[in-house]
Amino acid sequence: MTIPAAVLEPEASPQATAEERWRALKTVSPGDVVYRTVLTVFALLLPLVLVTIALELGVNAWPAVAKFGFGFLTHSTWDPVRGEFGALPLIFGTLYSSLVALVIAVPLALGCAIFLTEFAPRWIRTPAATLIELLAAVPSVIYGLWGIFVLIPLLRDHFWPVARHALSWLPIFGGVFYGPSVLAGGVILSIMVLPYIAAVSREVLLAVPPSQREAGLALGATRWETVWTVILPYGRAGIIGAVILGLGRALGETMAVTMVIGNRHEVSASLLQPGYTIAAAIANEFSEAVSDIHLSALFFVGAVLFLITIAVNALARVLVWRVARGSAIGSTAI
Amino acid sequence: MRHVIRAAATAAVGLVALAGSLSAQAEIRVTGAGATFPYPIYSKWMLEYTVVRPHVQINYQSIGSGGGIRQFTDRTVDFGATDGPMTDSQIAVVHGNVMHLPTVLGAVVPTYNIPGVNAKLRFTGEVLAGIFLGQITKWNDSRIAAINPDVQLPDQDIVVAHRSDGSGTTYIWTDYLSKVSPDWAQRVGKGTSVNWPVGLGGQGNPGVANTVKQTPGSIGYVELIYALQNKIGYGAVRNSAGNYIDASLESTTAAATAAVSALDENTDFRVSITDPAGAQAYPIASFTWLLVPKQISDPVKGRALVEFVWWATHEGQKYCNALGYATLPDRVVQLEEQRLKSITVNGTAVLPAGYGRRGR
Amino acid sequence: MMHGRIARRLVGSTMTGVTYGAAALAILPLAAILGMLLLKGAGSINWDFFVKSAVPVGEPGGGFANAIVGTLIIVGLACTVGVPIGVATGIFLAEFGGGRFGFTIRFVADVLNGVPSIVIGIFAWTWLVKPMGHFSALAGGCALAVILVPILARTTEEMVRLVPNSLREAGLALGYPRWRTSLLIVARTAGAGIVTGCLVAVARVAGETAPLLFTALGNQFFSTRLQAPMAALPLQVYNYAVGPYDEWHRQAWAGALVLIVLVLALSLIARAVVRAKRQHA
Repeated sequence: MTIPAAVLEPEASPQATAEERWRALKTVSPGDVVYRTVLTVFALLLPLVLVTIALELGVNAWPAVAKFGFGFLTHSTWDPVRGEFGALPLIFGTLYSSLVALVIAVPLALGCAIFLTEFAPRWIRTPAATLIELLAAVPSVIYGLWGIFVLIPLLRDHFWPVARHALSWLPIFGGVFYGPSVLAGGVILSIMVLPYIAAVSREVLLAVPPSQREAGLALGATRWETVWTVILPYGRAGIIGAVILGLGRALGETMAVTMVIGNRHEVSASLLQPGYTIAAAIANEFSEAVSDIHLSALFFVGAVLFLITIAVNALARVLVWRVARGSAIGSTAI
Repeated sequence: MRHVIRAAATAAVGLVALAGSLSAQAEIRVTGAGATFPYPIYSKWMLEYTVVRPHVQINYQSIGSGGGIRQFTDRTVDFGATDGPMTDSQIAVVHGNVMHLPTVLGAVVPTYNIPGVNAKLRFTGEVLAGIFLGQITKWNDSRIAAINPDVQLPDQDIVVAHRSDGSGTTYIWTDYLSKVSPDWAQRVGKGTSVNWPVGLGGQGNPGVANTVKQTPGSIGYVELIYALQNKIGYGAVRNSAGNYIDASLESTTAAATAAVSALDENTDFRVSITDPAGAQAYPIASFTWLLVPKQISDPVKGRALVEFVWWATHEGQKYCNALGYATLPDRVVQLEEQRLKSITVNGTAVLPAGYGRRGR
Repeated sequence: MMHGRIARRLVGSTMTGVTYGAAALAILPLAAILGMLLLKGAGSINWDFFVKSAVPVGEPGGGFANAIVGTLIIVGLACTVGVPIGVATGIFLAEFGGGRFGFTIRFVADVLNGVPSIVIGIFAWTWLVKPMGHFSALAGGCALAVILVPILARTTEEMVRLVPNSLREAGLALGYPRWRTSLLIVARTAGAGIVTGCLVAVARVAGETAPLLFTALGNQFFSTRLQAPMAALPLQVYNYAVGPYDEWHRQAWAGALVLIVLVLALSLIARAVVRAKRQHA
């Protein structure tokens, strides 16, 4: 039997996919065809489920779409009794709370990732990474309970009395602070998305070629300067992708958010005011929704969330793949 | 290590398969879902009932009144439960094959947290509506002070707490406000979910209770049992006779009495008893109903279900008071007996004639 | 020049400290949550908690046996359905997933990861509960499987990719057809990693409440019937937490503690196996 060329001359890049190497061999046996077909059939189940979910959302949302049109996205009244539904506060609250979550989580997560790849002593790296990733394993309900009993009192009775002297003149810190608020929701979300952004960023930073780091140090930069001016820019696309991935998680989070955000159908610039998110509204109102149009409105807003999630994930994947080509970034933590 | 994991996984799968196959037990299982308001008493009843009828397991889960109506309509459960009766159009969807059977009476109370005020406050319907509409914004407002002359009310903002999840408790509360305030009826209306003019939304009764507990100057509404169990202070409400009544089991039952004596023989029990007549009646009370088909398809389950409802409305009532629910007035129970006897399976009545005469 | 050098070093040290701080700040909530659960829940954990089911309010004793066993059964069902599909998809993506089709499948998996679990619960209700005419543990298991599969597909893909190409070449060089190489050599080598992926995915679905609300529904009674409603730990915890009785609240905290210990233990085992594998890969 002849030795295939691919075995005699292995390619230099270890990243060459199995696919490319297989192609060189040109061996086909019936078992191969069966194997590939079976696997493909299994793999097709995923798009089947996704399409079915999308269709179900669309079909059930249709009565609301027909009745409200795109005004649904710009009106603020959510009145189940009269059958008038406007989802602007939901969409606003979803995006606002997720934004707050990212503003808090991204610097922290990046700090963690840099810590784990650059500055931590070798013996700390594994345990610390494990602990940070464990944050992702805590169920949402438990985050919610913690939010009610620990976070909100902390914010209302300890943080705000001190911070108000400096911050209360800003419109985003305006109004009276009762506890349940967009701020509380954003903080809880930030804790929940931090492990994902940190884990993905860490993978991205690990994928930066050592030659880059060495070049920076060779040119006289301190370790921090190397990180800031060489490594981070190199992994910039991937890190942005990690952030957008975290955003995707934040958008769909339900239980923890609804327990601390105040659940108010109102648009307000202030972080201290209560707000509402799409996922929280669906979770709260779905079981008790009595009228068909109410149900349909919930499906409509769910479909909106679905589309936002798709767009966000598309953006994230494209960016992350550019830097860390091929490997399943972030999958171990998710 | 790999082999250990593999062995454990195989064992686990085997256990699951075994468990699934060990389902050959001669038990009658009845499933119901719906209202959260009566969940404590229903779960108590269903567990107590296994002593009376050991082979009957009645599983009830509280997914909400709307969920109860929907699952009942889609026939994924054997019975439903709701705090707000089905509308005519919903009954039309099931072609009229539904019976509303009241099980207990409950009350909703206004609970508040005002620093420095430990006395029991009095409220009128108009004042409550004004607060929840956002028209009365301070505790020392003249309208509150006028009905509480002995209490020193502070100059503090009122923070309203309401339910964010749809709930029967909200239905009862808004039903009452709609009756006593034309302004409320016009601007907000009644329902399990409404467009609240002001306030923070808490999830579930504990969500509201916690918000009130933690927020100085706040007011919310909770089921009586929550207030009793969590030892939260709640106010007295003025009824239509002009008396300020504290919610209690007696005043709740009194609330039903007047409405009940007006019931005619053919009532379908879909009555609201908020703001009733009666000198000692508490104004914010309500029935909660089980939804049972008039014609049941499964004879075994049908018999088990109907017997259970009979038990619940008779012997079961003795568990109500300890859990903060008021018992059904006698006339209601009598009328229900007639209804239960009219439930049929394939044309024949489920309960034999003479059922209940020996006091079973 | 001196000034610049010192300033740069200062900045470097400061930022190093900042990253230490970030890591500490990230771990703080985890410690806080565990602490809170231990404080509130540890007292209610006893032998009864694990072997007895719910009792009527006011009676002593009683526990979460029905919920604990229910979670194990439903999660077991989810694995039975989801693991073959997830692993197969993952192997597909690693071995054949280079082209546009692979890209699509990968993208679909990621989008499914981001769908709120309550939407998946509604989806499972429409396709499994309504046609069957009743709630069931089976439907609950399938709903969790829908959440499980995308996670598992991606982790499996990564583990299989880690297998060195030299192994594949060796298999081919020895005359094995491609499918045998892939299945018997590559997948088996990645076996420990695949199991790890399963543990990670299981940890995630064990804590899900919303999908079970409309599928398994919940059950006060101890039941192992797959065609009937079944209790589950997160469901029971939630029901008790929003109930009015202190006794229920205590049990809810205990249930939450058991749940999180279960989930964390699984995740720790998973991480340990992954890191051991990565060191040898």
